[in-house]
Amino acid sequence: MASPAGDAVSNLWHQLEPLLPQVSKPARYIGAEDGMRVPRHGPGVVSWLLTYPDTYEIGLPNQGLQILYEILNERPDAAAERAYAPWGDLEALMRAEGLPLFSLDTHRPAPLFDVIAFNLSAELTYTNVLNCIDLAGVAVRAASRHDSDPLIGAGGHCTYNPEPLADFLDFAVLGDGEEAVGDITAVLADWKASGRPGGRNGVLRALARVPGVYVPSMYEVTYDGARLVAVEPRHPDVPAVVEKRTVADLADWPYPKQQLVPLTEVVHDRLNVEVFRGCTRGCRFCQAGMITRPVRERPAEQVRTMVGEGLRRTGYDEVALTSLSTADFSGIERVVADTVNDAGCSQVSVSLPSLRVDAFTVGIAAQIQRARRTGLTFAPEAGTWRMRQVINKLITNDDLYSAVESAYSQGWRRMKLYFLTGLPTETDSDTLAIAELARNCVALGRTHTRSPSVTVSVGGFVPKPFTPFQWFGQNTVVELRRKVGLLRDDLRRNRGVQLKWHDPAASLAEGLASRGDRRVGGVIEHVWRHGGTFQEWSEHFDLNRWQSAAEACGVDIDAYVHRHRTFDEVLPWDHLSAGLHKDFLWQDWRDALNEVGLEDCRWTPCYDCGACTGYGIEHVVASAVPPAGGSQGTGVDLSRGAEIPVRLLERQPVGAAR
Amino acid sequence: MTGSRIRLRFAKHGKVRFTSHRDVARIWERSLRRAAVPVVYSAGFSPRPKIAFGLALPTGYSSDAEYLDAEIDPVWMAGIDNERLVGALTASLPTGMTALAAAEIASGERSLQHAVTSCTWRIDAAGADATEASEAVSRAMDASELLVQRERKGRLTIDNIRPAVHAVEVQGNITDGVRLIAELATQPRAVRPAELLASLRPPLSLLRACRLNQWITTDAGERSEPLAVSELSVVGAGVEP
Repeated sequence: MASPAGDAVSNLWHQLEPLLPQVSKPARYIGAEDGMRVPRHGPGVVSWLLTYPDTYEIGLPNQGLQILYEILNERPDAAAERAYAPWGDLEALMRAEGLPLFSLDTHRPAPLFDVIAFNLSAELTYTNVLNCIDLAGVAVRAASRHDSDPLIGAGGHCTYNPEPLADFLDFAVLGDGEEAVGDITAVLADWKASGRPGGRNGVLRALARVPGVYVPSMYEVTYDGARLVAVEPRHPDVPAVVEKRTVADLADWPYPKQQLVPLTEVVHDRLNVEVFRGCTRGCRFCQAGMITRPVRERPAEQVRTMVGEGLRRTGYDEVALTSLSTADFSGIERVVADTVNDAGCSQVSVSLPSLRVDAFTVGIAAQIQRARRTGLTFAPEAGTWRMRQVINKLITNDDLYSAVESAYSQGWRRMKLYFLTGLPTETDSDTLAIAELARNCVALGRTHTRSPSVTVSVGGFVPKPFTPFQWFGQNTVVELRRKVGLLRDDLRRNRGVQLKWHDPAASLAEGLASRGDRRVGGVIEHVWRHGGTFQEWSEHFDLNRWQSAAEACGVDIDAYVHRHRTFDEVLPWDHLSAGLHKDFLWQDWRDALNEVGLEDCRWTPCYDCGACTGYGIEHVVASAVPPAGGSQGTGVDLSRGAEIPVRLLERQPVGAAR
Repeated sequence: MTGSRIRLRFAKHGKVRFTSHRDVARIWERSLRRAAVPVVYSAGFSPRPKIAFGLALPTGYSSDAEYLDAEIDPVWMAGIDNERLVGALTASLPTGMTALAAAEIASGERSLQHAVTSCTWRIDAAGADATEASEAVSRAMDASELLVQRERKGRLTIDNIRPAVHAVEVQGNITDGVRLIAELATQPRAVRPAELLASLRPPLSLLRACRLNQWITTDAGERSEPLAVSELSVVGAGVEP
C-alpha cells in the first residue's frame, strides 16, 4: 500500500514530498496511476526513462509513450519508467535543492537510467528537451557527455528532421517504435553484458546499424557558406540513408493494454483506442499522413475487445476511436453501434477526434452523441475549392454545407471549423472565402435554431519535412497577421461567427525548428539558456527571444523559414527516409501548384509514393471500397472562383531524380 | 429513478493526498464504475452521476474521515452486503484511498456540506517544541481575537478565527517538530490547520495535517460523526429493501 521505502539514492520521493505543498498542481508529480508498473532494475536490465518534454497534463495521454512503456516492461531485459517536464515552480525548487529530473513511477533519479528517451511530438518543446537533459545532470551537448551518462534518445514525428536537435541527441528513431525499442534494448543489453566495449562511442556505433536508428554523431555535415552540401556517414558500416520503421500489422500490437488512468486532470482524459495507423487521403500539408503510410487497420473485433475491456478496467465513461480520419475505418458504423449498445457500457460516450467533412460522418456522430449535442468540429482547412485542390483536401463546399445542415437538423447548435492560412498559392480571396463559408454555415443554422454559432479557428501554415510542401516558403509573421486581420475585419459585424487564431509568431519558431539544419541547434540552445522553456504555452512564448538567439548565432531566419526551396537543393533530412520517393513528393508539389487533386490510393491504383513498395508492405484495409458519404473528391466544383496563377519556382521539375 | 442514498466514509493517505478535491470527485466516479456499482444518473440534457461530496480536503492533507453521498440503484443495493461493497470499492480505488464504511441514510438527511459543523485534525508543525507550543496555544485560547490574513477573490481580508477554534491540545514532540490535535469549526467557513498555526504567536509552520473526524453538532449540543467507522456492520439495518 505505502510507497516502497527505497534508499535515498534510487528513490527521491522523501526529498520531493516536502516540496510538493509549495507548488501548483502537485498531483502531476506523484505517479501512482492505475496501469503504472513498478519495474525491477538490475544489472541485466536496460532501463529506459521515457520522457515527455511538456507538462504531465499534456504528456500523460500520449499513446506512443504509453505503448513503448508497456512493450519495454514486458521484456525481461528492460525496465521503463516515465518522466514529464516539471513546471517552473518545481523546477526552481529542484535546482535549489539539487534534485535531478525523476521518474514518476518509482521517483528514480534520471541519471540512474541507461537511456533517457524523449517523445518529440511538437517542435516548440525542443527547448524543454534541453532543459530536461540539463535537469537530469547530463551535458546538453552530446559531444561533452561522459561514458557513464545515460544515452539521450528521441522518437516521434519530429524525428523525421532531427537535425536541429542533432547536437543534443545521441540517437533518434524514425517511424513506429514498437519493434525498434526491442532492437535497441538488445544492443544495449549486449553491450552492457560484454563490459561496454568501445565505451559510449562503441554502443552508438552499434546502434547506428539498427534499422530506423539515426546516430547524428556518426554523420559528417558539409556546408558551402549558408548552403548545406551533404550529410554523410563517417564510417562504412553506418547507413547513408536511415529508413523509417513500420509495423506491418497493427493486430500484432494491441497496445496499450492497460492505459494509464491519471489521478489528476489531463488533456484527452478518456480511453483511447487506435483503430488504424497511417492515412492515404494525401492532404499535402499533413506530415502525419505522409510519414505514417501505409494504412494499417486494426481488426474490428480487436477494437471491440480493447474498447470493452478498457472501459471496464479504467472506469472511463468516454472512449475515443483514434486515427488520422476515423470515419474511413472499414465498418465504422458497426463498431460505433456495438460500442454504444454494449449493455456493459451504459452511459458511455464515443468520440471521433478527426471527423471527415460530410453528412455520413454526421450520421455517425448522431449515433454516438445521443444525449449531449453541443458542438461538432470539422476541418475544411481552406476556404475555396481551388485552395482545397491545392492542398488535396478534396471536400467540396456542398460536402461541408450538407454536413453542417445535417448537424443542425439533428440538434447540434455549435460548429467549430478549422482552417489553415498561409497556404501555397493562397490569395486574399481564398482567405476571405473562409469568412464566407462561416457565414453560410450560420445561415444554414438559422433555419434550425435561433442562435447558431460557428467558431472559426485559423492556424498559420508551417511546412513540414517529407510533405509536398517541404519546398514552400512559409508566410511571414506580418503576412499571417495581415490575413488574420482580413478575416477579423470581414467578420466584425457577423453575429454568430467567432474567430480564433494561433499566434503567428509561434508559427515562425515552429517553422525554424521544423525545417532547420544542425546550425539551428545553436538557436534552440540560446533560447533555452535565456529562459525560453514551455514555448508551446503562449504565456511563455516570446518571439524576441528567438530573434535575438538567431542573431547571436548568425542564423538567417528568412532563409530557413520564408525561402522557397528548389528541387536540387540538399534538404537537411535527405539522409533520412520516410519511404516516400523524393520525385513523388516533387510531382505532388507540382500537382498542387497546378491545382490537381490526387485520390486516395487505398481504393485506387498505386501512385508508387514508395511507402509500400520500398518496404514490401501494403495497406491493411478490411473494405475494398471507399466508405460512404461526401463527394470523396469527385464532386462537381460549385465554388470555383477566379484563379490566380502563381509561380513559386525558378526551375522546371526534373523528371525522375533520386 | 430515485436511488438508495448511500453515505460512504473513506481515507486518503500517501502520495494520492496531493490530488485535489476535484480530482477526488473524478477518481470516485471512475472507481464506482470500475466496481460496477450502478450509480443513478440525473435526468436531462447532460446526465451526471448523483454523487455529492462533503467538505473539501485541502490538497496535500491526508484524512481518515472523508465522506460522500451517492444515489445507487435500490434493487442492486438490496442484493449486496455492505461490507462487500466497501471491500469492492477499496479494490477499485487508487493506492492510498480506502473505503472505510458505508450506510444507507434517509433521503431527507441534510447534505454533508450543511450538516458538518467541525473537524478534528492531527497537525504536525515545525517551529517550536512541545513546551513552547503549549504556551503559544494557551495564549491563543485566552485571546479574544485570533487574526489571520487571507486572500479572497484577489483581495486581502483579515478574519478573526478565534470563535472557530474549539479546542487545541499539544500532544508532544515528534522527530521534526510538535504534534497538535485541534478541533476547528467548518461553519460559517472551514478554518484550515495552516491558518491556526499562522495565528499562533510565534507562528508555527505546517508539516503535515490529517483530518481524523468530521462532526455534526446538533443545536442541543450533541456531537456525532456522519458515519462512524464502527457502523460498518450495521449498514442497511432498518432500511426497506
